[in-house]
Amino acid sequence: AGPDTMSAPGAAAGGGRSGTAAEWGGFEDNMQGGGSAVIDMENMDDTSGSSFEDMGEMHQRMKEEEEEEEGEAGAAEEEDGEFLGMKGLRGQLGRQVADQMWQVGKRQASRAFSLYANIDILRPYFDVEPVQVRARLLESMIPVKMINFPQKIAGELYGPLMLVFTLVAILLHGMKTSDTIIREGTLMGTAIGTCFGYWLGVSSFIYFLAYLCNAQITMVQMLSLLGYGLFGHCITLFVTYNIHFHSLFYVFWLGVGGLSTLRMVAVLVSRTVGHTQRLILCGTLAALHMLFLLYLHFAYHKVVEGILDTLEGPNMPPFQRVARDIPVVSNAVLNITAKAMALTL
Amino acid sequence: FAGLADVSIAEDIPVEGEITVPVGSHSPDEDYSTLDEPVKDTIMRDLKAVGKKFVHVMYPKKSSALLRDWDLWGPLVLCVSLALMLQGGSADSKEDGGPQFAEVFVIIWFGAVVITLNSKLLGGTISFFQSLCVLGYCVLPLTVAMLVCRLVLLAGSGTVSFIIRLIVVVAMFGWSTLASTAFLADSQPPNRKALVVYPIFLFYFVISWMILTFTPQ
Repeated sequence: AGPDTMSAPGAAAGGGRSGTAAEWGGFEDNMQGGGSAVIDMENMDDTSGSSFEDMGEMHQRMKEEEEEEEGEAGAAEEEDGEFLGMKGLRGQLGRQVADQMWQVGKRQASRAFSLYANIDILRPYFDVEPVQVRARLLESMIPVKMINFPQKIAGELYGPLMLVFTLVAILLHGMKTSDTIIREGTLMGTAIGTCFGYWLGVSSFIYFLAYLCNAQITMVQMLSLLGYGLFGHCITLFVTYNIHFHSLFYVFWLGVGGLSTLRMVAVLVSRTVGHTQRLILCGTLAALHMLFLLYLHFAYHKVVEGILDTLEGPNMPPFQRVARDIPVVSNAVLNITAKAMALTL
Repeated sequence: FAGLADVSIAEDIPVEGEITVPVGSHSPDEDYSTLDEPVKDTIMRDLKAVGKKFVHVMYPKKSSALLRDWDLWGPLVLCVSLALMLQGGSADSKEDGGPQFAEVFVIIWFGAVVITLNSKLLGGTISFFQSLCVLGYCVLPLTVAMLVCRLVLLAGSGTVSFIIRLIVVVAMFGWSTLASTAFLADSQPPNRKALVVYPIFLFYFVISWMILTFTPQ
């Protein structure tokens, strides 16, 4: 067959190659000196650094030629695999060798770079259509009924990443309208740190627990599941940062937060065997998810500041929120909130 | 290659030569060397390029000039001026409640890098620096909005000024998003445009939010 001829033994150029285009650069390293034009196959695979051996060999041959020309007796020193450096080299030879060294180094560096800094590793996780993203967002609020059969989780990172950034934006909005001052840190840094820390940290923790409890889930799937679970958080916070009813928040917390938690829990339960394991895994996830929503609401909410001030008094903790003058526009909202608080208290 | 197996050259004839292909001297420096021209010419040429791109942003048409000769001077100038104007936005001068200079700088550049990576991962054909260039230049309407906001705030900070600022910032935010979409969306496969536009929308939304909530001392 066509592709096989290249790897047939005895083909002059095909043997031992892994097929990447960069390997053809080995030709340039292979200056065989004053000898034959036959390509030496064992030097084609230069991942072992044999280009240095080539250099040493080439250098040695050139030096031998020089010595012959000058009529010097004595064997040339064999420095196997070692590059002699600029000492003792004449002008043009030195330049050629230096040029070779530079090209070899550059080629190896670019090969290493393209191997490790390749974002194509992440490309499969971003292969989505807008319809799919919308469908998954809606699905994340619907708990599945069938828990005896492992539910399919899409290992996709675009939706979760966008949801985390949206949560950051909503959090910023909440912090600004409640005029939170962060003393040790910046507003933006806190928001990004909180959201990304939650997403990555809790995902890793639950993945670790899933490993202990023998659940069938991979890291990317866990990241994806928890990321889509943040959709409920986004909705809740978006609504309650603008409409400051306390009771409304609790309704949303239980309803919307509860739904998205139920979905994540159901998916995990369908992938775990054993009652104790299911209980541990799902209890932890449910607790962390609901508590995070509670934390986000209360940490950056303006009504709580008044309570904190009256409770703590002169002893202010280092991370503190200070009530400030609220812009004129939200006076009406403040009045409504005060009335609601009076009603609940 | 099988035909070369029986080629042999006598040992005593040295075989030498260049394997590298000589590069033709097509570089424009061959025509005129930019090293000898007066400094004013160099600076004016760069300034004209930057100015032309500003004009392209303010009147976004589908032209490839912004993409073809990308440069990062414009985004740097805009970013620095925006960050400087957002200083001093805290009610208490002892603790800085507004965004620090470094914060704004990092948000803009980190956000632009994330959007670029995202559009590349979604299968975009645009290069890294071209995308950074476009996103940076499209911050221009928001910088103009910041200027207007500061001027309005000099007059007073009541409800009327808030409404004016809101309208101006929202309009400029829309302009920025539309301008960058006009340049960037073409490089995406057609059914994924929405996936690329959303992060751009978020990015400019965050910047607009920082501008709108800026309150001077």
